[in-house]
Amino acid sequence: MGLKIIVLAKQVPDTRNVGKDAMKADGTVNRAALAAIFNPEDLNALEQALRLKDKYKDSTVTLLTMGPGRAADIIREGLFRGADNGFLLTDRAFAGSDTLATSYALACAIRKIADYDLIIAGRQAIDGDTAQVGPQVAEKLHLPQVTYAEEVLKVEKGKITIKRRLERGVETVETPLPSVITVNSSAPPCRPRAAKLLMKYKHALTISERHAKAEDYIDLSADRPYLNIQEWSVNDVETDAKWLGLSGSPTKVKSIENVVFQAKEAKVLTTSDADVEGLVKELMANHTIG
Amino acid sequence: MNSVFVICEIEEGKVADVSLELLTKGRSLASTLQCKLEALVLGHQLNGIEKEIFPYGADVVHIGDDARLAPYTTLPHAAVVNALFREEKPQIGLLGATTMGRDLGPRVSSALVSGLTADCTALEIGDHEDKKAGKTYKNLLYQIRPAFGGNIVATIINPDCRPQMATVREGVMKKEIFSATHKGTVKKIDVDKLLKPEDLVVKVLERHMEKSRVNIKNSSIIVAGGYGMGSKENFQVLYDLAEVLGAEVGASRAAVDAGYADHDRQVGQTGVTVRPKLYIACGISGQIQHTAGMEESAMVIAINNDPMAPINRMADYVITGDVMEVVPKMIKYYKKNSK
Ligand SMILES: Cc1cc2nc3c(=O)[nH]c(=O)nc-3n(C[C@H](O)[C@H](O)[C@H](O)COP(=O)(O)OP(=O)(O)OC[C@H]3O[C@@H](n4cnc5c(N)ncnc54)[C@H](O)[C@@H]3O)c2cc1C
Ligand SMILES: Nc1ncnc2c1ncn2[C@@H]1O[C@H](COP(=O)(O)O)[C@@H](O)[C@H]1O
Repeated sequence: MGLKIIVLAKQVPDTRNVGKDAMKADGTVNRAALAAIFNPEDLNALEQALRLKDKYKDSTVTLLTMGPGRAADIIREGLFRGADNGFLLTDRAFAGSDTLATSYALACAIRKIADYDLIIAGRQAIDGDTAQVGPQVAEKLHLPQVTYAEEVLKVEKGKITIKRRLERGVETVETPLPSVITVNSSAPPCRPRAAKLLMKYKHALTISERHAKAEDYIDLSADRPYLNIQEWSVNDVETDAKWLGLSGSPTKVKSIENVVFQAKEAKVLTTSDADVEGLVKELMANHTIG
Repeated sequence: MNSVFVICEIEEGKVADVSLELLTKGRSLASTLQCKLEALVLGHQLNGIEKEIFPYGADVVHIGDDARLAPYTTLPHAAVVNALFREEKPQIGLLGATTMGRDLGPRVSSALVSGLTADCTALEIGDHEDKKAGKTYKNLLYQIRPAFGGNIVATIINPDCRPQMATVREGVMKKEIFSATHKGTVKKIDVDKLLKPEDLVVKVLERHMEKSRVNIKNSSIIVAGGYGMGSKENFQVLYDLAEVLGAEVGASRAAVDAGYADHDRQVGQTGVTVRPKLYIACGISGQIQHTAGMEESAMVIAINNDPMAPINRMADYVITGDVMEVVPKMIKYYKKNSK
């Protein structure tokens, strides 16, 4: 029994290293100013997919990502680790999407891929920490969802059993295929790149990337179709423009503030016995302690 | 005027703290907007649950009591909430940013094509002028939240779509009785009419829930340790100090990650938000993600061997030196002076 698995993965700015040019005047993210990485929990999601592929013969793992041209890196990174193919959904029409518009575009692309048993997403993306896109895609495709997954235990008779990690416990649930699963960071980390796959897919490019190459670039993709990363624009998927990008996003950023500390006037003390005892007495006198 | 709705969560047969905190916030939003506050509770064996909710100021409590609604699964809950929201058209819908709220919220917002803002740290009412469209919006919900790993604070609005939905983490809002004698009306939901067989395809096979062991949120004094404590063993002096002061022990994420303390003690953006009358920060540098969870403490003592540690900027008392020297002295002098 082979499973056809779609993994939703996002390229995110590395929010652990944010500079001051990170935001544009209109309140959207200036992605160009930040290092772009594979969203951490999407790597956990990919690992779950790859484990299913290892376990169930003839399974395939397809990556789907929406983002600017450079998000093709996400597809390559997935191929290096064992995915079979991937789609990059990229178009100006998708720019400025909030989670609802993102999930709409992804759902439309998934409908176009059409043949799938399971969709696996990360729990949340570190740029927004929203954890909304997975469930919203599920709703748009009218599929059941299982969030906070830590481990896919088994797939049997068209049903999948999953261990979930909740705030205060664990839960084992069963859901029919196809379903949408979102995976937690508490799930096993993703396997590293495989040297063999790195060699094989090093030159996998999208058509736009190929066009941007110098004239003497030798294009091997005609003989090796696996070097072709499929790129879809808004015209390749069936969408209704009113649900896309900024216009399809009910939430708007009204304002952005950088976080600054207000320095307080502090009493500075040493570690001397006199200072510490003085402090303790003062706190007792004003009933902060005791 | 359409209502403010709070979707309440049940924990061990009682209304969860986070829901009561949201009711308190919802009450003040509803008063500002001069509309009703309504609560929604879904689950099983909810007899008398409204009595826990009315004191927090709800005018109406909608109750959906059905075996198929407990334990929580997404689809039946979403079916009931969607149906109720389509009918009642709330202007605002609030949920806890819990595993349930973060599972249900996006599902509902997707079905209703309303917006949802996750993990808000403040909710306010305000106006908005859309200069491009030449339109002014009155009384929108400002959904204020940190973004980008806590480096910025963004105010999010949904000008056109309703309900304006937001999730808020436990401990972020204050829980406050509105009036012990406040009474509203109860409306029973005909759950059976709303559930379809396809809503029941996900089955919970097994469930192990643990009670949360520590409750640092409600403690009026917190002794918090950071990575600067150096080891799990050194953390013991913090428990000793907490013991004599009647305090709880909190921790920074770096300390939790290093295994010095359990996760339920973590204070900060990805932990709990606390507002004690005294917060003693020991070996904590004071990164924004940490201070986001304790900046409303009435008084802060920072003990750090680095005189330039950022935590010092928000402290009322700064002790520059080694925690392992200072904390035992605090214990000693507290004992000496309390006799
Ligand atoms: C998305 C995101 C979310 C996060 N959420 C949280 C959160 O919820 N809570 C949180 O706390 N952090 C959070 N962090 C991590 C945060 O950025 C910091 O890394 C963390 O708070 C640092 O912890 P610390 O101050 O204990 O450690 P450090 O930054 O390593 O500071 C240790 C301090 O101890 C002092 N010190 C060392 N030895 C001694 C000694 N012997 N005596 C006295 N002082 C000493 C040092 O001078 C230093 O100031 C988050 C980060 C990200 C990216
Ligand atoms: N642009 C995108 N392309 C592909 N997957 C996405 C995208 N945005 C979000 N996702 C998926 O949805 C999950 C939750 O994202 P978020 O709701 O933004 O926290 C991520 O971990 C991804 O798996």
